[in-house]
Order: sequence, then structure tokens, then C-alpha cells
Amino acid sequence: MKIGKQTLKLENTPKLLETSSSVGPKEADGPLGNYFDIKVNDIFFGEKTFEKAETKFLTTAINNLLQKVSLQNDKIDYIFSGDLLNQCIASAYSVRDLEIPFFGLYGACSTYVEGMILASILVNSGMGEKIIYSASSHFCSSERQFRMPLEHGNQRPPSAQYTVTGAGCGLITTSKIEKKAPFITYVTPGKIVDLGINDMANMGAAMAPAAVMTILTHLEDTGRKPEYYDAIITGDLGNEGSEILIDLCKKNGVDISKVHTDCGKEIFDTINDRDVNSGGSGCGCIASVFSGYFYQKMKEQKINKVLLVATGALMSPISINQGESIPSIAHAVAIENEVN
Amino acid sequence: MDTNKFNMTKEEYKEYVDKKSENSPILKNVLLAFLVGGIICIIGQVVTNCLIAKNIDEKTAKTFSTVFLIFLGAFLTSFNLYSKLGKYAGAGSVVPITGFSNSIVAPAIEYKAEGYILGLGSNMFKIAGPVLVYGIFCSFIYGVIYYVITMIR
Repeated sequence: MKIGKQTLKLENTPKLLETSSSVGPKEADGPLGNYFDIKVNDIFFGEKTFEKAETKFLTTAINNLLQKVSLQNDKIDYIFSGDLLNQCIASAYSVRDLEIPFFGLYGACSTYVEGMILASILVNSGMGEKIIYSASSHFCSSERQFRMPLEHGNQRPPSAQYTVTGAGCGLITTSKIEKKAPFITYVTPGKIVDLGINDMANMGAAMAPAAVMTILTHLEDTGRKPEYYDAIITGDLGNEGSEILIDLCKKNGVDISKVHTDCGKEIFDTINDRDVNSGGSGCGCIASVFSGYFYQKMKEQKINKVLLVATGALMSPISINQGESIPSIAHAVAIENEVN
Repeated sequence: MDTNKFNMTKEEYKEYVDKKSENSPILKNVLLAFLVGGIICIIGQVVTNCLIAKNIDEKTAKTFSTVFLIFLGAFLTSFNLYSKLGKYAGAGSVVPITGFSNSIVAPAIEYKAEGYILGLGSNMFKIAGPVLVYGIFCSFIYGVIYYVITMIR
């Protein structure tokens, strides 16, 4: 049921039954290293190319998810998946052998929550019972697509971010299933916001306004206060984007500073690690951090009410070279341990 | 677009972000670039001088020194060391000829995955290409000016 401007209330409260994550070496060494399901020491994951490696990260995460819930792939109704590569090849090749009806998504770094929203809506409406959503990114394949070859010696400004190598996925099911798991209660799909930033090394600043819009709209639509949530988790705004988000929300009379946290800030040690600059980014950032770390915290009931907001920068190197600015989006989903 | 939530225009937001973003440490970057760039040039000069001392004529010595630096850049690139140097040195390692070598070898390594012709062959000059195009174009202009000046004389 639609409430307010753009939020959907999912009356049948689909369950987020299980999640699964896989990450590369740098992420495994980071502060959240212990929380990921699958940690791979080899950035190539035993493959010949980075694209194949990314595919394997995603495949491994999905297979691990199926194993965790002890389901065969023919029991899954649909799978939503996306990544950053041209034509979403990591997703297509990962799903190739799964024989599950597939929807490919492109929402840049917002893909993880975009998939979660679509899967939840389908389950809520009774069109499916078990739906997987997933997303992945790989530092090396993204660098080569969006920036410079890896071996090229260049400098990055402090606002730049570091693409996470990893994948995450989850299984949305009807609330009828007995097993205890968090519920999806509200979803707020975002609108595209573009405040004219055209610097690809400053994605945090480009995406922050989209996050502000979606969070404020969600709170207005649901009539909730930021304190209602134990955590408002953004995807990959990094240090700088997070500051802008909190600042702009404050200007609108909403203080989220006490509950806000950002996956891009959490996954790496942004203070001591020179390479990561402003923090992590990429579809795999929120995908691995939420699937690994935050979902576990929810299961342990350390946090019970979460607003998960994934931000995406929807440009391409072509549009930037042609002088366009960065259109950004943020999707939000409310995940709660109790439904009243 | 409903941007009135922000109470700012695009220009105002840009200004706000500029103020908010941490600037690159310019002084540190410039000093490191000067140091590393200088060291690379010194290496080149040492090679040239050594060869001249061994009774090789100056022109050959300079050519060999250039070839040596190109090799050095390519060698360090293939061991993924040049990108590490570049992170600190910035322009100091981009501007000398070792940087030019790095800009050709780096895409060559990267695009080998797509095959030797459509991958390596067609992408090798992806970064160096513009440098060559405008370098050659500028030397043409320079040549014309030089020609005209010598004619007038």
C-alpha cells in the first residue's frame, strides 16, 4: 500500500530469511573482516581476468546462501542481480548456470537495495515466495572501467573512494516461514537528484543529496523520527558524503547524527589506510557490509530497527567526458526484528 | 525536480562542497614531485655521464640514457611498483619519460585479457595516445615557426 509521497507499506511483511557475503583480501583485512562469510585471499579468485573473478565472488556468495538455507536452486522463484560492469556481465554470468528466472538491474551502488525492494514487493504481493537479490563489485574491474589501468602511477584526491571487492545477497521469503528473521516493513524507492557535481573523484558529494531526499521523504511518509531507528545505514557516501548528509539533514531540522553509519566508512580503516581515501564504494560495499556485518547484528538483536539506504551514482565515463553532471539516486528499506 | 528541500541552487551546492571537501596536500605533493622527478632525472644524467666517460659520443650516450629510463619505467610497471611510486610522487613520476613508458605498459598489461589484437594492441596507447597526437602536432607548429624565422633571417 502506498503511503505518503513515495513509500510503500508492505502489509504482509516479507522476511529477510538469510544473507550471504564474500569479499576480497583488503576487505577481509579490514575492521569488519570477521563478519564476512567467505574471505578470499586472491584478488583473481583463481581466475584469469578480473571480470571472471568478480563473477566468481558473486556466484560463491549465492551458492553459499542456498547452502545456508538448504534450498536447491529450483525452489527459488526469481533472482534480481546487478553490478557495475558494462551490460551487467558479472550478474549474467553468475546466474548463467543457476536456472533461476533472472532480472538484471543497474542502479550503480544502489543496486543491492533496489533488488531488495523489488524482491520484497513481489513477495508481499504474493507473486513469489522465495526470491534472491544480489549485487557485486570488484576493485580491479571497476578501476579499469571507470578510471585508469591499475598499474598506471597516479594520485587520487582525498575525496576519492576505493571500490570494494565483494558480493552480497539475501533471500526474501513470505512471513509464513517459521524461522526467526527480520521483516521488511517499508520501502522508499528514490528519485534521481542531481545538484550538478561532475567530479568522478567526489561521488560522496554527488550522492549525498539523493540520500537526504530519500531519508527525509521516508521519515515524512511514515511519520517516524530518526530516533525510531537503531541505525540509519547508508551505502557508500564515505567520510565526506556522510558529513554532507548529516549537515543537510540538520538544515532541514532532522538530526540523524546519532543513528547514522555508513558502510563505506566501516569496511576500511579510513584513518590509517592511505589508499582508501574517503572510504569504500561500489555495489559490493553495502552488499557485503550489510549481508555480513549488520545482518548478523540484527540476528543477535544488537540492533532491531534499521533503515538501509543505498546510494548510486548513475553516470558513465562517457557522459562525464561529454560534460554531464552526476545523476544520483538513493533507495531506502526499513528492516525490523518486530512487527507491531 | 523537488530540490527546494536543500534551499540551494547548483552553484551554491558546488560552493558548499568545495568548502567541505578536504583539499589535496599541495605543498607535500609538490615537494615529493620535485624530489622524485629530480631523482629520475639525476639517474638519467648519471647514465649519460658514465657513458661519455667511457668515450661514447654525447648523442649516442643521450639516446642510450633515454632507452634505459624507458626500460626502467616499464620494468617497475610490470612489477606493480611504478603505481606505488606514483601514489606519492604524482607529477614527479608522470612527467619524466619513465612515466610515458608507464602509461603505455600499464594498459598493455591490463588489456591483455581481451587478446593481443583487440585488447593489448588497440588499447596500448589509450593514455599515451593524446600525448603523442598533441606532441607531434605541437612539434609541427614549432617546425613551421622555426622555418619562417630562418627564412626571414
